[in-house]
Amino acid sequence: MTQTAQHEDILGQAAEWRRAGKGVALATVVTTWGSSPRPAGSQLAVDEAGNFVGSVSGGCIEGAVIKEAQDAIAGGRPRLLDFGVSNEQAWEVGLACGGKVRVFVERVE
Amino acid sequence: MKRAVLDELAAARAAGRPVALATNLRSGQQLLVYADGTGGDLCLDMDMVVAAGETLKTDRCDTLSTPAGEVFVQPFNPPPRLIVVGAVHISQPLAAMGQLAGYGVTIVDPRRAFAGGERFAGFDVTYEWPDEALTRLKPDARTAIVTLTHDPKLDDPALAVALRSPAFYIGSLGSKKTHAARRHRLGKLGFGENELARIHGPVGLAIGALSPAEIAVSILAEITQTHRNGAAS
Repeated sequence: MTQTAQHEDILGQAAEWRRAGKGVALATVVTTWGSSPRPAGSQLAVDEAGNFVGSVSGGCIEGAVIKEAQDAIAGGRPRLLDFGVSNEQAWEVGLACGGKVRVFVERVE
Repeated sequence: MKRAVLDELAAARAAGRPVALATNLRSGQQLLVYADGTGGDLCLDMDMVVAAGETLKTDRCDTLSTPAGEVFVQPFNPPPRLIVVGAVHISQPLAAMGQLAGYGVTIVDPRRAFAGGERFAGFDVTYEWPDEALTRLKPDARTAIVTLTHDPKLDDPALAVALRSPAFYIGSLGSKKTHAARRHRLGKLGFGENELARIHGPVGLAIGALSPAEIAVSILAEITQTHRNGAAS
């Protein structure tokens, strides 16, 4: 087996990290509005050290999502994150494309 | 997500069994929904279970409103398939690129000198005759078929089976002249104009592709266009 379908890699990687005893969280795009780089169902797996596979945007919000994922691994409950249009002056994390996305972050128990 | 849910999800997908994952976005509780049953700690009314199962048919995520909060449903269908008839040079980059794009790739060529050895290591390869292989593989509406042998003895029987299937994409390598001759031969087998019009030939988008890898790009681009936009081209 070489490469497989994309979400298989992500869930497979999450399972592999978990089997190795690492803390793992999954982030999933659940809603998109307007133009957004990745459709609903796109996933990102994160381990406790911040290693990640997959994506929930074109790279615009991954940093923030990884941080929330690490918080979730550390004992938080599942969380729903909203990201809107980026505003550089306000230092907000957001999407340059003008879209909005909602991302669900959960720990793999 | 419970570890057991992740493992069950992985097992279903390894077995090629369609499954939808329903997640309550407030509690994080989850339910796996199969065509013939469910598993998990999220309680859903029967009509919501049915709605979750619908995502397997549409192959699109959905969000359901329930008294306990919003439930996000994500379908996990087996990957779409790409069947390549002819273990030729173009097939090597096409198989690799198809796999990267998420297709389950099968190479069909009864000529062991082409299909054997290291040329397609790691891929599903069959040495059956193309019509036998395609009949066995039962192409469905999530299958793309490309014939690349350039040899009517191999391509035509494959196309005859492909045209009787609901495959979403059928493409065949060859110049306009070759394709006209192919249509003529298949017409004699009883296929009408509408059926023959399903065959993309010359295969691939016209991007001036020259090398085998570039031709593979043009073919995969056309498959993607047909998959995502319908047969608009």
